[in-house]
Amino acid sequence: MEQTFSSFSSLGAKPRDPYTVLQNARASGRFTGLDLIRNLTTDFMELHGDRRFADDPAIVGGVGRLLGLPITVIAHEKGHDLSEKARRNFGSAHPEGYRKALRLMKQAEKFHRPVLTIVDTAGAFCGIGAEARGQGLAIAENLMEMMTLSTPVLALFIGEGGSGGALALAVADQVWMLENSVYSVISPEGCASILWKDAGKVRDACACLRMTPEDLLRLGAVERVIPESSDLEGFYAMLRQELSETFHRLLSLPSPELCQNRYGRFRKMGVFSE
Amino acid sequence: MLKKSNFKKSRNRLEGLAPDLQTDKPCIPQELCTVCPGCKTMLFSHDLEENQGICPKCGRHFRLSARQRLELICDEDSYEPWDETLTPKDPLEFPGYGAKLKTSRLRSRENEGVLTGKALIHGSPCAVFAMDAGFMMGSMGSVVGEKITRLFERATRERLPVVGCTVSGGARMQEGIYSLMQMAKTSGAVKLHSDAGLLYITVLTDPTTGGVTASFAMEGDIILAEPGALIAFAGPRVIEQTLRQKLPKGFQTAEFLLEKGFVDAVVPRDQLKDTLGRLLRLHTQEV
Ligand SMILES: [Zn+2]
Repeated sequence: MEQTFSSFSSLGAKPRDPYTVLQNARASGRFTGLDLIRNLTTDFMELHGDRRFADDPAIVGGVGRLLGLPITVIAHEKGHDLSEKARRNFGSAHPEGYRKALRLMKQAEKFHRPVLTIVDTAGAFCGIGAEARGQGLAIAENLMEMMTLSTPVLALFIGEGGSGGALALAVADQVWMLENSVYSVISPEGCASILWKDAGKVRDACACLRMTPEDLLRLGAVERVIPESSDLEGFYAMLRQELSETFHRLLSLPSPELCQNRYGRFRKMGVFSE
Repeated sequence: MLKKSNFKKSRNRLEGLAPDLQTDKPCIPQELCTVCPGCKTMLFSHDLEENQGICPKCGRHFRLSARQRLELICDEDSYEPWDETLTPKDPLEFPGYGAKLKTSRLRSRENEGVLTGKALIHGSPCAVFAMDAGFMMGSMGSVVGEKITRLFERATRERLPVVGCTVSGGARMQEGIYSLMQMAKTSGAVKLHSDAGLLYITVLTDPTTGGVTASFAMEGDIILAEPGALIAFAGPRVIEQTLRQKLPKGFQTAEFLLEKGFVDAVVPRDQLKDTLGRLLRLHTQEV
């Protein structure tokens, strides 16, 4: 996979301020998971519920076509207006959201459909109900099961990629990030309050955490950075094309090789001396 | 009874330090005596250690270091360390991380937050790991993730069951995305071990939280927990800050998780080794 910014002008030329990237990633009015689904797929049908407890509106999923190819799409959804945001818990999922995602991934595996996940969350929800229903277990099960899912998985980060709540949809063959998205082990606010006992030092924390697409590309945690454009039609068309080509290439691999490569992708991550 | 002599010393590069550092124990207090936070009784540290770190009055379980934990569950002289020379780096050049690693190594006398290896438990061979709260609160960075991954890979090759004792504050923020990726890496190794038909038993001890709870801690075939242990994805302080609401008493304890169906059994420490031995034997041939 090529690692290049050369296809677009705003990246690569000079270093960007990580805090600006964070603000862009969180900007109100930015497209959400459902916007991406509507613009990338045709014939999309949403499928609800985890079959165990509830339907979590913070994660949407279903089947649709990507340039003709049937795929499963699973996305965090933050919502646009305030009431929808509240209903969708600002894209912070409960265990049932992750369990719905896993159910749909298993369904995709059965029919050998590729899975596109769209990540945009501040993190998995921290609350009484979430804990009582096994938030940790729900994420852990996704990590385990996704690693050996015998169908292609691609994760696309479109805004915030917050910690375990993001990773639970991102144990993928490839991870792509939009130009204005972030991916981090902890929120910069959380990091700042631990490091400097001052949640206001977000700007400094952003720089320390290396959460921008260009940093993560350099660290080997993502495969591609996707340029954004004010020409939304052109942007979606390019994305459809790139995704479709990648899925066809991944579909041509035998399943054991696909899974082996996926494990190999994560296996090499980490820095230590011996 | 915890016998120090049974265990090979770590090849920690910091051996040969000042005597006060050598005897430092992160969990059972170093002082001559201590007040039990459970029942407020004054306890002699020596008695506490003799009693496996359990308060003789109220049964409160004090934290054990990784080495004390392995001494507790492994047969005498049976522990053989694996990958003990792995040491952390500072890949992001994160402010203060280098200094923090240095003090953690001095204080814990360990290279990192987990010990891995092979041992016998009541005669049954198994791969074991024990995390150490004394090393940056058992947080998971590259080394913890790598050692646990290698343990599962080797256990898969050698067809060994795995017994793992967890204690962790969660992710190691200072290693950024690499810390997060360890969750996926370890989970993948657990999955391959599991798909090979091998047994994995986890023992959740106080506290097991964050990224460790959301990965290998909860992935055991059988999940045991120590009495009173805090087991959570988001710790109580995080939830109280987020919701501005006090949590009910006993929330996120081992007993709470048992009631909610997330652990198989709460096992007091003085029965832990026998329980593990029994479970391991139940997964071998018919007798
Ligand atoms: Zn007591």
